[in-house]
Amino acid sequence: MAKVTVDGIEVEVPNGATVLQACEAAGKEIPRFCYHERLSVAGNCRMCLVEVEKAPKPVASCAYPVADGMVVKTDSPVVRNARRGVMEFLLINHPLDCPICDQGGECDLQDQAMGYGMDHSRYREAKRSVKDKNIGPLIKTIMTRCIQCTRCVRFSAEVAGTSELGGTNRGENLEIGTYVEQALTSELSGNLIDICPVGALTSRPYAFVARPWELRKTEGIDVLDATGTNIRIDTRGPEVLRILPRINEDVNEEWMADRGRFSFDGLKRKRLDRPWLRVDGKLRPASWGEAFAAIAAKLKGLPGSRIGAIAGDLVEAESLFALKTLMAKLGSANLDCRVDGAAIDVSRPDFYRFNTTIAGIEEADALLIVGSNPRHESPVINARIRKRWAQGRFPVGLIGPVGLDLTYGHQHLGDGPAALGTLIEGTHWFSQTFRAAKKPMVLLGRGALARPDGAAVLAAAWQVAASADALRPDWHGFNLLHLFGGQVGALALGFLPGEGGQDIGGMLGGGVDALWLLGADGVDPAMIQPGTFVIYQGHHGDRAASRADVILPGAAYTEKDGTWVNTEGRVQRGHLAIHPPGEAREDWRIIRAASEALGATLPFDTLAQLRDAMPLAEGFERGFCTDATGPSGDVGGLSSTAFSLPLANYHQADVISRASEVMAQCAATYAAPLAVAAE
Amino acid sequence: MSFAQPTHFAFDESSEAEIAKILAKYPEAKKASGVIPLLYVVQRQMGRGTGSAWVPKVAMDVIAERLGMAPIRVYEVATFYFMFNMKPIGRHHLQLCGTTPCMLRGSDDVMRACHDAAHVHVGQTSEDGLFTLTEVECLGACVNAPVLQVDDDYFEDLDYDRTVALIEALKRGEKPTPGSSIGRQTSAPEGGPLTLIDVGGE
Repeated sequence: MAKVTVDGIEVEVPNGATVLQACEAAGKEIPRFCYHERLSVAGNCRMCLVEVEKAPKPVASCAYPVADGMVVKTDSPVVRNARRGVMEFLLINHPLDCPICDQGGECDLQDQAMGYGMDHSRYREAKRSVKDKNIGPLIKTIMTRCIQCTRCVRFSAEVAGTSELGGTNRGENLEIGTYVEQALTSELSGNLIDICPVGALTSRPYAFVARPWELRKTEGIDVLDATGTNIRIDTRGPEVLRILPRINEDVNEEWMADRGRFSFDGLKRKRLDRPWLRVDGKLRPASWGEAFAAIAAKLKGLPGSRIGAIAGDLVEAESLFALKTLMAKLGSANLDCRVDGAAIDVSRPDFYRFNTTIAGIEEADALLIVGSNPRHESPVINARIRKRWAQGRFPVGLIGPVGLDLTYGHQHLGDGPAALGTLIEGTHWFSQTFRAAKKPMVLLGRGALARPDGAAVLAAAWQVAASADALRPDWHGFNLLHLFGGQVGALALGFLPGEGGQDIGGMLGGGVDALWLLGADGVDPAMIQPGTFVIYQGHHGDRAASRADVILPGAAYTEKDGTWVNTEGRVQRGHLAIHPPGEAREDWRIIRAASEALGATLPFDTLAQLRDAMPLAEGFERGFCTDATGPSGDVGGLSSTAFSLPLANYHQADVISRASEVMAQCAATYAAPLAVAAE
Repeated sequence: MSFAQPTHFAFDESSEAEIAKILAKYPEAKKASGVIPLLYVVQRQMGRGTGSAWVPKVAMDVIAERLGMAPIRVYEVATFYFMFNMKPIGRHHLQLCGTTPCMLRGSDDVMRACHDAAHVHVGQTSEDGLFTLTEVECLGACVNAPVLQVDDDYFEDLDYDRTVALIEALKRGEKPTPGSSIGRQTSAPEGGPLTLIDVGGE
């Protein structure tokens, strides 16, 4: 530890810390542009100059290591002058176009020019201008505004792992760009907008839409992948205008995946905004009363065993619990939430969770990925894996398709479950490496379970973890990576066939006469038996809604207070940012109202009452493995079919992103060049 | 960019021999250090093969692959140093020093000679494709000013007539001898030895 005095305040910081960190520890604000906590230090903007006693001139605090007994001044005349000088130079080539700049109001340069700059400009000469770059449909560039802090260059090289941005030419002619015009291939590219301290990289969909002070900010949870990214939903009136990540060190740090960030325009398109009723084979608009009456008329005469419910991938826990309770009241045990047919064993929570935890990845020292492309399935978790990999000594093996670009080095161990068998036996060449690791982890993709031998794959992956001694009271190395935000919540609440109940295959195959689809848009309508009465409750008129007899318009994740469980099992709450459109309502209220019409009134009238009854407490506690007994599947049942990946198209994977125009543009942009990018 | 980028580039045999020597200097994990020498290899090979020593984009991609770097890292280096020509140039690259010592010793005459004999202006390539003229900062040969660098060689102590003669020789495809054009030995004093010791042996 080193003792440093900052403006008369004595602080102790670890040896090797920088002067800037010491100043922050003392509660002093140091202006900066190029410095970012999660990126390497560049030291090129010079804004963080401070005075260090006995140093001949001001030092860049972000890159200057502390020494014991150092005396730092952050507010002396020397420092103030230095900052003013740096700011004057930075503004030489920066266009003062704040009134038409999208960063205005939340711009580091604007704020710091106000706080630390001069009150007038002495510059009378010509400014340089830089040609804008086309780097894809998500990010708008106005490169004249760039101050060359190189945060974006470092982010894409270090965090995203796709080195495509760089600084070409030099001096006066230095430009940040890709040199060869190309769309950035990263799934984390939206974060460039957040880290850019000026208005050079801004959001294309948000261009000229709003000023930050006009927006109402609501905390939410991203459900478009299973990471459970903490988000802030910015709205004005009845519209979501943008979605930004919130900092949560245990989950997403401060990053966010592009699908979650940019899909929200899908919330305005193809929406179900009023109930619909099928009359004489044709859907017609109806009132809520008519819809409930039709449901009651059909369901009241049916025995419970002929009624079923299937939940989709994005549904929040409250409505799952409400529907499960309703089904129990109707005497039905026919429930399922595994629309993809994944053979998940719910007898113990750690069979279907990401037990190592996302933050725990940084402790691991070997990784085996089975049937998954984490870069597409959870870009944020993939960035965490890359962060660990970049620290070195982290062998990564992949069982899955050849030639995936995961953004970190990995060894391909095989394309099908056969490799799992040899890993259990210990005869695979990777076995030695994996077993030598002290904290090995297995990352099993949910897609690897959605196949006929899914149960065997699950059991085999567990056994691989067990064979490497990854299942210990102080380390849990078995991880299942889910795909969407509602999947784990449904498993945790047991939205699964009860005693004597039918699973999704049975229900679709004519096992029920009435089927309640709660956001289950992944169900192929052609699979549903012709005579089945289908109630579709959801927010988008996707595939399954077209087959419905009654459509109940529900709320999307930004339009309701809801609880979601991420792939780790972390229970998090999101809040209502805007109201559902038209006559659509929050889903649990719809189920509550339907229960009354069915004469099976649910015992809760408010969300608080529902939550009290729901066996799912907010929060998270990391679990370890005290019982290494595996899931029930039989390893002998492994087939020889190669693993295929569940997401064919990263940008259009769910009902919201499929309705989004921005995501459609991305899909069109990235569909072709993927093969090139893999080289 | 108003010129055509080639679609293909591969190192030829003599380039490969050079690369083998260059990469032998660096440990395998640090082979990216060879990026600048390899850019020179590309530029020389282009000069040999096409008569225009420049670095096409596709060649930078080849270097990136060879050295295990992201292509953008090669573009950054290549565009930073102006020794690398990012667009096609003439058969001979005339780099004329116009910094103070050369200017005082008559670089303006040399410039005029380039205009008159090579029919080329600064930053341009002559119509016959033989010459590209660039005005550069100090070449570090002030003692023999004014200096004109032709490709890899320095031609020193030039004046108008001798520059014209040099350019005419280049046009004829000759290989003029580099160095001082007035015959002095390296940077020794003009007109022979000038120290007492070397004056006479009596």
